[in-house]
Amino acid sequence: MEGSKSSIIEKKFNVLIVDDAPGIRMMHNALLKSFGSNVETQVAENGKVAVDLCNSGKYFDIIFIDKHMPIMDGVQATRKLREMGVASVIVGITSCDTDDEVKPFVEAGLNECFEKPLTREKIKFVFEKFHKDG
Amino acid sequence: MSGFHGHSQPPAMAVLDQLLRQYVEYMESLRRESILDDQFTQLQKLQDESNPDFIDEVITLFFQDSERLICSMGTALAKRNVDYKQVDDDVHQLKGSSSSIGAARVKNLCVFFRDCCEAKNLEKCYRCLQEVQQECVLLKNKLNTLFMLQKQIVAAGGSIPVD
Repeated sequence: MEGSKSSIIEKKFNVLIVDDAPGIRMMHNALLKSFGSNVETQVAENGKVAVDLCNSGKYFDIIFIDKHMPIMDGVQATRKLREMGVASVIVGITSCDTDDEVKPFVEAGLNECFEKPLTREKIKFVFEKFHKDG
Repeated sequence: MSGFHGHSQPPAMAVLDQLLRQYVEYMESLRRESILDDQFTQLQKLQDESNPDFIDEVITLFFQDSERLICSMGTALAKRNVDYKQVDDDVHQLKGSSSSIGAARVKNLCVFFRDCCEAKNLEKCYRCLQEVQQECVLLKNKLNTLFMLQKQIVAAGGSIPVD
């Protein structure tokens, strides 16, 4: 099994997972938790919940967000978060695989966009990039 | 394996050995047939003492979701004015969830299914729906066999090998 949960990464990260599918939220949460105790996670089932969380004063270093969600989708939520001045790293995780589908999502204000599935390698890439830029 | 008083392994060890071999071969066959890919192995690594039912819960949620989506696709395709956008949205969701659990064949079918939705080809969409249903049933059966083997290994005193 994965190594010690003490901490695989040095920096502390506060991460928000936004996806309407409970199974996906569960998987992404477990993937992030596997990086150790320095990663704190919270989940939201759609873009509106994510926006409300940020509006309530919660800060997240990284937001992993799906594109297709009911009530408020990833594009709308990302745009809204940027309008609110949210400076978090926002990473789109989507099943979309064409440029036409991904472009509006990226243009809404993403820092990165990956095709599903989310993997440890993709998460590690984001942690390292953010730590380097942060 | 070391001998037992110079003779062959005690029966219990031999049973465990056989189960482990069966399990490894079965996993290899699932990968060879693209029923599961490496993403499933990555998820297996996330299961531990603090999260002992992780895989079971994830797979249960996947099948609940896939059944709902397949039903929704069928309803959308059966409409007089077929709502291809709705079908496509459902297929898109199934593509995402199947890729996330490592269900490679289901995911690949969804890619083709989306092309059929874009082309608004009703006949092909229906065929895709049928194939997706069949693949999900196959996946469920294969996973049930896998989990049964895992239970037998644990009952025999072993632990599940993960690559």
